[in-house]
Amino acid sequence: MFEDMVTARRYEERLQEEYLEGKQPAFDISAGPIPGELHLAAGHEPAAVGVCEHLRDDDTVTAPHRPHHVAIAKGVDLERMTAEIFGRETGLSSGKGGHMHLFDPDAKFACSGIIAEGYPPAVGAAMAAEKRNTDQVAVAYAGEGATNQGGFYESLNLASVHDLPVVFVVEDNDWAISMPKERVTAVDDNTKRAEGQDIPSARVDHNDAVAVYDAAEKAVGRARAGNGPTLLEVQVHRRMGHFMGDAEAYRPDAEKERLDAIDPIDRLEERLRDEGVDGERVDELRDQAEERVEDAIEFAKDQPEPDPEAAYDDVFTNPPSGVTDEEPGEEAISAGGDD
Amino acid sequence: MAEADTDAPADAAERELTMSRAMVEAIAHEMETDDDVFVMGEDVADYGGIFDSTEGLLEEFGRDRVMDVPISETGFIGAGVGAAQEGMRPIVELMFADFFGVCMDQIYNQMAKNTYMSGGSVSVPMTLMTAVGGTYNDAAQHSQTLYGTFAHLPGMKVVVPSTAYDAKGLMHNAVRDDDPVVYMFHKRLMGIGWMPAPEGPKTGVPEDDYTIPFGSADVKREGEDATVVTLGLHVHRALEAAESLAEDGIDAEVIDLRTLVPLDTETVVDSVRKTGRLVVVDEDYESFGVTGEVVGRVTEAALDDLEAVERVAVPDVPIPYSRPMENEVIPDSSDVEEAVRATRE
Ligand SMILES: Cc1ncc(C[n+]2csc(CCOP(=O)(O)OP(=O)(O)O)c2C)c(N)n1
Repeated sequence: MFEDMVTARRYEERLQEEYLEGKQPAFDISAGPIPGELHLAAGHEPAAVGVCEHLRDDDTVTAPHRPHHVAIAKGVDLERMTAEIFGRETGLSSGKGGHMHLFDPDAKFACSGIIAEGYPPAVGAAMAAEKRNTDQVAVAYAGEGATNQGGFYESLNLASVHDLPVVFVVEDNDWAISMPKERVTAVDDNTKRAEGQDIPSARVDHNDAVAVYDAAEKAVGRARAGNGPTLLEVQVHRRMGHFMGDAEAYRPDAEKERLDAIDPIDRLEERLRDEGVDGERVDELRDQAEERVEDAIEFAKDQPEPDPEAAYDDVFTNPPSGVTDEEPGEEAISAGGDD
Repeated sequence: MAEADTDAPADAAERELTMSRAMVEAIAHEMETDDDVFVMGEDVADYGGIFDSTEGLLEEFGRDRVMDVPISETGFIGAGVGAAQEGMRPIVELMFADFFGVCMDQIYNQMAKNTYMSGGSVSVPMTLMTAVGGTYNDAAQHSQTLYGTFAHLPGMKVVVPSTAYDAKGLMHNAVRDDDPVVYMFHKRLMGIGWMPAPEGPKTGVPEDDYTIPFGSADVKREGEDATVVTLGLHVHRALEAAESLAEDGIDAEVIDLRTLVPLDTETVVDSVRKTGRLVVVDEDYESFGVTGEVVGRVTEAALDDLEAVERVAVPDVPIPYSRPMENEVIPDSSDVEEAVRATRE
């Protein structure tokens, strides 16, 4: 868990550096090696690792617009993910998806930039598991802002009436871009809403990865045993602006709030030390994480940019004639993208 | 209050504004003069709108009239419809046009149809403003233009400004209109710090209020050899293309549609009667969209005058993330230039 957390943090620190390259002094969103929006998840790591630790490769995860920490915890191929974020040909989606739209079928991971829209597909994955009588589970992630969206309620209800093996994870960081939770959400705690849909739930406060791990063990266990859905809300802190380039003028106390919030990584590290894990081992884990991240970034930067013409591929798996110049067979091969 | 001032040249005013400032000025004016006007949307209050479309309004009007709302587009857009039916004039922001999928029922089955279904006994004086467009590598869910989707569905007027001058006049009109208006602004034109705008959208804007009637296309550049019809960001790309064509002695006329519903067919047809050649440029998907519609109308009205037609639009693929691919699918000025040349071959 610790290793995934430090990997996720280090990964995002490096992405941030790369992202800002070429965008300064005047921030220009389309300049530099990583274009488009970038939403970082520093402070959210416990919600990712505490849950994904209990998952198998064949369990499905859907993540929202802030996906990297969850992707890392779920075991998404780090090199190809990075190549995707850099918009390279060998990226997970051959450069078509980008940072908010990472798809790794091998790790059974997907995400969407549309708020709350990862919930229904997770319910669908759980439905497939139930119909096929496997013991796979599905996990859907979203922020507390997303829980005001219709798709959230509809998914909870659907999963509840069909007792589907799905775990809904809410990352409550108190903010939806510039809107504080108390101003746009009627309840301070989504376990109340889960109760309304007859779904068992738990809320884990204060960024505690071990507490998330324990709560998730029950939730995933319940789903795997065929006992239906659970909602797990995790209190986290958004340690950065909503997206890179967000000056957070709406949140004048942001820096202070951050200093006051205990960093979940420090917290876990302290716990490891308390439990007798020696400092050298901790440093070693940090070094390994750093190396892994550096390798992924180096890999990504070495990859070629896509051929502009590749923009026409992959609209369909089985393109109707006339849609592209290529034969359907060739299409299917190019969709693999990892050669 | 409103003086019809449709053809005032943009450079007549002394001060220049960005498109976002011009929009906000119109909204503020409408809020001052009519207590029934209010604004709601995600991040419209403290943030001032992700694309600065409501910048400064909170300070001036307070939280009652500039409302941040939950991420619940079905709920708050539908609430806009309900408030409008009560006679208020809500301005509701859908942050990106791409997000219409979660709330389209409130838009096209309620906002757009209630007037008709009620036999005209209900009106919905609401403005739905939304950001459109790509060119900044934000991929398939945050870069769409979708003009065609909104204009296809009857019952709402669809406005697409390309300059600050137009943005203000069209916004005044939108808020005062008794029908629902979808006001689609291109992110790249707003003049926000983190997304540099091309030359052009920042124009002179009179301090006083003025309206630009819907359905009045603007001839942005006169020319004899070909008619380029476009809107939004691509007005500026077409003008750039026209300048470059002029160096080769090709004189292109550039028409900015300004509104899609109603569509000023007459101005377009008159121009084609003069030039004989039509190029339609759009940042939306090609099929079943603006380009086909304009070509269809011109064909119906002036088939005999037409010597050549070209369409320049996104070739029916979702907008890809990576730069070379996005550049490939979103038309630029060289694509427009090529299309104009092709009409002369
Ligand atoms: C349907 C939809 N509406 C609005 C947005 C714009 N948007 C992107 S992230 C975001 C805030 C999300 O807040 P939350 O769910 O709490 O997650 P966080 O960003 O805090 O992790 C908004 C409003 C969107 N992507 N999709």
